[in-house]
Amino acid sequence: MRPSASQSWPLVAPDWIQNGPEWLNDFGYDVYKSFIFDDRYQMYLKGLGNTLLLTFLALLIGVALGIVISLIRVSWDKNHTEMHGPIKPVLGFLNALARVYLTVIRGTPAVVQLMIMYFIVFASSRNKVMVAALSFGINSGAYVAEIIRGGIMSIDEGQMEAGRSLGFGYVSTMRYIILPQAFKAVLPTLANEFIVLLKETAVAGYVGLTDVTYAGNIIGGNCYDYLFPLLMSALIYLVLVMFFTFLVGKLERRLRSSER
Amino acid sequence: MSAEYIIQAKELRKSFGGGEIKALDGVTADIRKGEVVVVIGPSGSGKSTFLRCLNLLEVPTGGQVLFEGVDITDKKADINLHRRKMGMVFQHFNLFPHMTILKNMTLAPVKLLQKPQADAEAQAKALLERVGLADRANAYPSQLSGGQKQRIAIVRALCMDPEVMLFDEPTSALDPEMVGEVLEVMKELAKEGMTMVVVTHEMGFAREVADRVIFMADGKIVEEGRPEEIFSAPQQPRTREFLAKVL
Repeated sequence: MRPSASQSWPLVAPDWIQNGPEWLNDFGYDVYKSFIFDDRYQMYLKGLGNTLLLTFLALLIGVALGIVISLIRVSWDKNHTEMHGPIKPVLGFLNALARVYLTVIRGTPAVVQLMIMYFIVFASSRNKVMVAALSFGINSGAYVAEIIRGGIMSIDEGQMEAGRSLGFGYVSTMRYIILPQAFKAVLPTLANEFIVLLKETAVAGYVGLTDVTYAGNIIGGNCYDYLFPLLMSALIYLVLVMFFTFLVGKLERRLRSSER
Repeated sequence: MSAEYIIQAKELRKSFGGGEIKALDGVTADIRKGEVVVVIGPSGSGKSTFLRCLNLLEVPTGGQVLFEGVDITDKKADINLHRRKMGMVFQHFNLFPHMTILKNMTLAPVKLLQKPQADAEAQAKALLERVGLADRANAYPSQLSGGQKQRIAIVRALCMDPEVMLFDEPTSALDPEMVGEVLEVMKELAKEGMTMVVVTHEMGFAREVADRVIFMADGKIVEEGRPEEIFSAPQQPRTREFLAKVL
């Protein structure tokens, strides 16, 4: 039988810790069993990798979905009275679909959506990261859509008119003139959504996916002491969020400087 | 006959709010090539709506607009193609704030007319030179004064080599000391033979530059004629009343 953490600690601990004050020995032992024994740090690394991958994929899906949904909503709301031809029923249908999507996704908890996706919709798939990324992406898309829609609506009507008067179509005007401005306007809010998303992936453990939270939880259970493992999980999130906040701040300053 | 007309507006009607408010009530006007037409009238007279109907920024609820003989109000007409040849200048400039002046001016020619970027930039710089803003090519709109912005808006429209220029109260949002510089550019343009339709409150400009003045009130054309006729000997009481207030 393999030795337990408490059995192996006296064998591996440096003398200056073992012979030091009691609190130092206790602290050393806590660190040892939470991170070093049995290569437990590997689990945090795995969790970190999964959390980042999950967040990144969900962000991509969420932003792509959000742009599409917001464009459907805005195009319909602003133009449907003047529309003609087959585009009207098509866009009307898409708009209704978008509204149902927004209502359902924003009206139910992300963790329930995740479990429905994993245990029911993709019950046959064992690729936890992909299913979770899809689920969080679909969830985030609803919020991103409303953020971008707000951004588009905040752009002065005259910008659309100026684009159209030069000969650009509705779609090209959106692409070259409205969306770049709208994105800039909502960047801080989008960044916030990204940070919310990063922390929301903490429920991925509900489907057995080893993310940062799940890693801390498992190790805490293994060593019958949750303090250090959970503090480590919290610290990882904190560092990630601070890092991304810093990056977004830089990006914002960069964008702003181009106008003044 | 119609070949010499660039724009023909026939019985234009526009109502808002389910027909309750009639902004345009049967407006018929022909714009000849090379002509400078100034539209005046009290606010709410429908003059801006009339102008915006000419390039269909406002879709008329009735009547037709013919551009170079083609009915552009027809649902089958590709309005985007026609708008390339109709430059428009707005009261609030509507420059694109996220682009440099040069990019503002070259975006449409490059994307829509497939002009090489270098050619478009050369043309833009030449136009900037003409309006005395060559040194601002790489500035952003927020760095410019109102008068400068409006001059840029005019040359941005000119970059598409339009057949006609539509001006929607181009000096109304400007500080008084900046009105002159914008009107100067418009006068130059008129002198070069550009076809222009100008909605304005600048009676001096109308008197000096217009070939024809249209006076509108309550969504109708009340009177039109040469500027000296309209300003010196208006025939309609409504016109006399208006001019007495503004002159």
